[in-house]
Amino acid sequence: MLALDVEKRLGDFFLSARFQTGSGVTAVFGPSGAGKTTLTNMISGLVTPDRGRIAIDETVLFESARRINLPPHRRRIGYIFQEGRLFPHLSVRHNLDYGRAMCGLPPDLAQMARIIGLLDIGNLIDRRPGKLSGGERQRVAIGRALLMRPRLLLLDEPLASLDLARKREILPYLERLRDEVGVPMVYVSHQAAELRRIATSVVRLAAGRVEAVGGTELLDAADADAVL
Amino acid sequence: MLDLSPDEWIAIRLSLRIAIVATLVALPFGIAMAWLLARKSFWGKTLLDGLVHLPLVLPPVVTGYLLLIWFGQRGPIGAFLADHLGIVFSFRWTGAALACGVMGFPLLVRPIRLAIEAIDARLEEAAATLGANRVWVFLTVTLPLAVPGLVAGIVLCFAKALGEFGATITFVANIPGETRTISSAIYTFTQVPGGDAAAGRLVLVAIAISLAALVAAEWLSRRAGMRFHGE
Repeated sequence: MLALDVEKRLGDFFLSARFQTGSGVTAVFGPSGAGKTTLTNMISGLVTPDRGRIAIDETVLFESARRINLPPHRRRIGYIFQEGRLFPHLSVRHNLDYGRAMCGLPPDLAQMARIIGLLDIGNLIDRRPGKLSGGERQRVAIGRALLMRPRLLLLDEPLASLDLARKREILPYLERLRDEVGVPMVYVSHQAAELRRIATSVVRLAAGRVEAVGGTELLDAADADAVL
Repeated sequence: MLDLSPDEWIAIRLSLRIAIVATLVALPFGIAMAWLLARKSFWGKTLLDGLVHLPLVLPPVVTGYLLLIWFGQRGPIGAFLADHLGIVFSFRWTGAALACGVMGFPLLVRPIRLAIEAIDARLEEAAATLGANRVWVFLTVTLPLAVPGLVAGIVLCFAKALGEFGATITFVANIPGETRTISSAIYTFTQVPGGDAAAGRLVLVAIAISLAALVAAEWLSRRAGMRFHGE
């Protein structure tokens, strides 16, 4: 699975993180400013670490000692951003198919139908992203990332821009994803409540350091108030 | 209807050909320059930006004269192109197209650059994580989203090329059938007794073509804009 050992300095901020993930959903949990987004950007290749190594199974994505640094388009990591980032000029169907086509994979209608069913987005397929609700947009973004057959799914605060009702709408889909799709997931959030529902293991990040690695009990120390 | 003489028709056809060729040839360079200025930072960028805009502020005669020195038969670039590629500019319609392309270039680059700058770079990042290399990101995300700017730039460049006078007449003179465009023809007619009627007809033609281009551009960019928000 994902093995990571990286360092990065950004101005006054210094991030140094080292952990491994198993299958299932690894929560990266910590307050804002802990370096969560920097970490996901390094995994996806959008930010280059100063030194270290990132690998998924046998595939080395980054290794400073051997000067390996795969560009984002060759990492095959499905990145789900907080704001969806759907392509406004493409229909939902073409958004979904984008990663598949760019990765040079053959069309797979069965897989397409399965993901569309899993996320309940069949009725949106001919619309444009501009006309979707926040929750619908995020479901399409998840489908788009899945259909490129990623090695790893990276979710960076995927619910943060949604209201409580929309969060409740999306969470069951994420649970189905974890239970039915079998792609390992790294789920970044500062919300203990949503992580408690989805995570199988937890990496707690604070001020650019890994504070603790373990199970969901690590979430209990933090906000126990919010319930989803 | 306008009763145009054969000479006037020749000038009109020549103008259209020169303007279309100038715009089409300038377009790939314009897109590349716009992308460079919008998305990259490098040493000398301000200088390059200034050079691109120079034809807009220089007297057209100066631009024409510089073209004559560099791209004329004995000019360093002109001689090279004539010897190696067989492309001759001096006193040919191709030279007029070059002059028009250079004069229209800043008007082409600017709207495209602004359109690219307005595109959320995070969409380009998303495309990269989905497996698109730089070229595909540009072709499938950046360029389609810049279409309104592209349309505006093409129309402005075409209109400028159609009306260009100073640089063209300085560089390739005013030869009937070769470099006498609508503008040069109007100028010529105003210099001869009894040419007023012919000049007037060509003025009407110039207005008609320019208006048609503006209307077409407005329609095209509205359609492109609707595609992003429609359905």
